[in-house]
Amino acid sequence: MPTILVEVMPKPELLDPAGKATAGALAKQGAASFTDVRIGKRIELTVEGEVTDAVLAEARRVAEEFLSNQVIEDVVAVKVA
Amino acid sequence: MGVRIGVVTFPGSLDDRDAQRAVRLAGAEAVPLWHGDHDIQGVDAIVLPGGFSYGDYLRCGAIAAHAPIMAEVIDAANAGMPVLGICNGFQILVEAQLLPGGLIRNDHGGFVCRDQKLRVENASTAWTSAFDEGDEIVVPLKNGEGGYIATDETLDRLEGEGLVAFRYLDANPNGSLRDIAGVTNERGNVVGLMPHPEHATEPGFGPDTADAMRSGVDGLRFFTSVIEGALARV
Repeated sequence: MPTILVEVMPKPELLDPAGKATAGALAKQGAASFTDVRIGKRIELTVEGEVTDAVLAEARRVAEEFLSNQVIEDVVAVKVA
Repeated sequence: MGVRIGVVTFPGSLDDRDAQRAVRLAGAEAVPLWHGDHDIQGVDAIVLPGGFSYGDYLRCGAIAAHAPIMAEVIDAANAGMPVLGICNGFQILVEAQLLPGGLIRNDHGGFVCRDQKLRVENASTAWTSAFDEGDEIVVPLKNGEGGYIATDETLDRLEGEGLVAFRYLDANPNGSLRDIAGVTNERGNVVGLMPHPEHATEPGFGPDTADAMRSGVDGLRFFTSVIEGALARV
């Protein structure tokens, strides 16, 4: 069965405490190549049958209205896996 | 007939019984409400209590904001009924878009549990009318995701319209922008805050005061505010 991926990230201008803590831990481990870490969510929506335009539109709607909170997050991708 | 205040229990609510107890200590009848019902049982006001509804899955308060009873809570709030969200209840109110802004993980990444000093910034809401503006109070605070955020534009509007209800004093425990601990809607009937007034309602079990250990009952006035308001409307 096909899967739709929804990716949600904290808004770039907002502090991401989980990413900041992880960046600090990476630096302590000596992984010096990375200057920043931001952590978001990947949500997999399983679809029975074909992913039609209507199904994708519904995925975009729930991504905007429920799977993300537009006050603090952005939906960065809604795509078929 | 006395004032009846409903307290909603969601899966993972933690402080629903404490909120019911605070309601009784303030002199009202506490009415337990169930998340799965479409019935608010004719109450005069509603408390959304603290806890970790749905394990904080997706986002704190996000799933609870879509619980069956929230349809009735949202309708009642929009019709002017006093609704108070404490901690997870505050998170539910912002997720339900009854209050502006959002709440994210504390900036230092840790969980905070302590007695917290607050300043009452708006004493004209349904839940703060027993205070005077500028009152300094102490109530317990305990959260991991209590950082209040909103856009600069929203923050300026909140400040300009007097919608900041409470501000942290002495130290900001979680990185909340502009030290905001709680906000109200324009009408003043919906109030949300991260600290826990229901834990400062009975001598012997509240925060320490200058007079005696654990004697702080500053939280009682949230509930007496709404009781007095309900009696005045009868």
